[in-house]
Amino acid sequence: MTALTTGTSPGPRARRRLRWNPAYAFVAPSVVLIAVFIVEPIVQSGWMSLHDWSMGEASHRMRGFGNYADLLHDSRFWNALKVTCLYTAGTAAGQVALGLLLAEALRRTTWFSSVLRTAFFFPFIASMAVVGIVWRFLLDPQVGLVDAWSGHLGLGHPNWLQSTSLALPTMIGVGIWKGFGFTMIVLLAAIQAIPTYLYEAARLDGAGRVAQFRHVTLPTLRPSVLFVTVIATIQGLQLFDLSYVMTGGGPVFHTESVVQYLYQRGFVDFSLGYASAIAWVLFVVILAVALVQLRVLRYRDVD
Amino acid sequence: MAAVVLAGAALATILPFLWMLGVALRPASDLYAHPASILPGHWSLDGFRAVVDQLPFGRLVLNTFVFAGGTCVLLLFFDSLTAYALARLEFRGKNALFVLILATLMVPFQVTLIPVFLTLFHLGWLNTEHGLILPRATSALGIFMLRQFFVQLPKELDEAARIDGAGPWTIYWRIILPLSKPALASLFVIQFAALWNDFLWPLVVTSDPSKRTLPAALTMFSSSDGVDHAALMAGAAISLSPLALAFLLAQRFFVQGVAASGLK
Repeated sequence: MTALTTGTSPGPRARRRLRWNPAYAFVAPSVVLIAVFIVEPIVQSGWMSLHDWSMGEASHRMRGFGNYADLLHDSRFWNALKVTCLYTAGTAAGQVALGLLLAEALRRTTWFSSVLRTAFFFPFIASMAVVGIVWRFLLDPQVGLVDAWSGHLGLGHPNWLQSTSLALPTMIGVGIWKGFGFTMIVLLAAIQAIPTYLYEAARLDGAGRVAQFRHVTLPTLRPSVLFVTVIATIQGLQLFDLSYVMTGGGPVFHTESVVQYLYQRGFVDFSLGYASAIAWVLFVVILAVALVQLRVLRYRDVD
Repeated sequence: MAAVVLAGAALATILPFLWMLGVALRPASDLYAHPASILPGHWSLDGFRAVVDQLPFGRLVLNTFVFAGGTCVLLLFFDSLTAYALARLEFRGKNALFVLILATLMVPFQVTLIPVFLTLFHLGWLNTEHGLILPRATSALGIFMLRQFFVQLPKELDEAARIDGAGPWTIYWRIILPLSKPALASLFVIQFAALWNDFLWPLVVTSDPSKRTLPAALTMFSSSDGVDHAALMAGAAISLSPLALAFLLAQRFFVQGVAASGLK
């Protein structure tokens, strides 16, 4: 009965619902692209991860959480996860420590510090592919500059990228070099926003440069430090280009990352279901980090 | 003293790039004879010549420009349209749409990579420009950044324009966009840099060497046997140069853009 009355005499609300709103034309292109290339693929990826899904086959066998169960027993996956976590922890710690140190050192703006800032930031502009190629040759046992210099310095020729004990630490070093400029820039902006009277007050109390850093800079900067740590972590977890270009995951999987294993399973072996399950595990790990970030940002607002 | 240490550290940071240029500009014999020297003993342009001869180089540079530039232009247009509607128009489902867009920011793109690859495969769009460009032509981060910028422009602008008879399109195109040049420039810079440097996406979508972009093609080149060091370093230098040049000329936008992208 009620349905009939609303149907025969449309109220102002219902009439508004029927009217074409030009705003829809504005959002349409993005909505279509997001629906087709982000939302639908997310759902499909979850669906695929529950199937035995190979490229080109007509039928796809449902296997519930079988792919995930297989991942639990897949030593190559656990190895990739370990490599990724070590790389992430190493690069994040290195980038934040170095970025913080340099941001503090370059706090005052002079032409000199802005030249240095440009130099430190420069590796961030280069693509991981270029970085990987250049470093592979810098470390090359025959023509590499780093290798030649380490020989002159009496460190020998340790075969940086072929040694099972050195390959990952070397890659972490390159990762830190590539990204510390970003951390530095973000932290520098945060440091320069600290009111100078805080430093003046500290100086009047007899605080030296180190004490100022410990008691003024660090406490004020805590939210920004947490923030860049999360960014560096999320980037580290997505390691692919660098290991793909520098070592191809070798020697014997010692630098193979999760995304690289995903690439191998999905786009080389075409086990799309299994690769999707790997993607979802990565998603959950990154989501956990992102949730930490949300809390950090909320903390920042309260601040 | 501190200044000397810092200057040394800065020099060490960019040393790999200087060495890259040095290798690109010397013959292989010189490199094997003096691997420890940064500057060439003999200078030669053979590396740059070789990279042009051995790769379809003009094609690759063009592909990369079409991919990064074309995607950026579309992305700026689509993102700003959506951001404008979200910031300054009223419509049903607006809040839901905004929340949905924010939620997609949480999802790493590796999750969507396989289904999108399948979709492109079924459409016959692998190894095509539109296959590379369209899936990247809108960005949740861009919509979010622009919305935040549009929201803080004074509302009176729209009202005045509406009284003068302007519709939403005119307000968007003639008032909001011109006022938003700094935000648009920052977004353009971060997106262009990210796309120019993108590796995994072009690697997955293109297998045909003549359709590849520079980063993906260079690595293909580097893994083949008998690599010409000078050519490879020349290729790396050329692939780095547009962004390096843009960075040195317009640092402000780079730094603003990067600081903003940090919000991701």
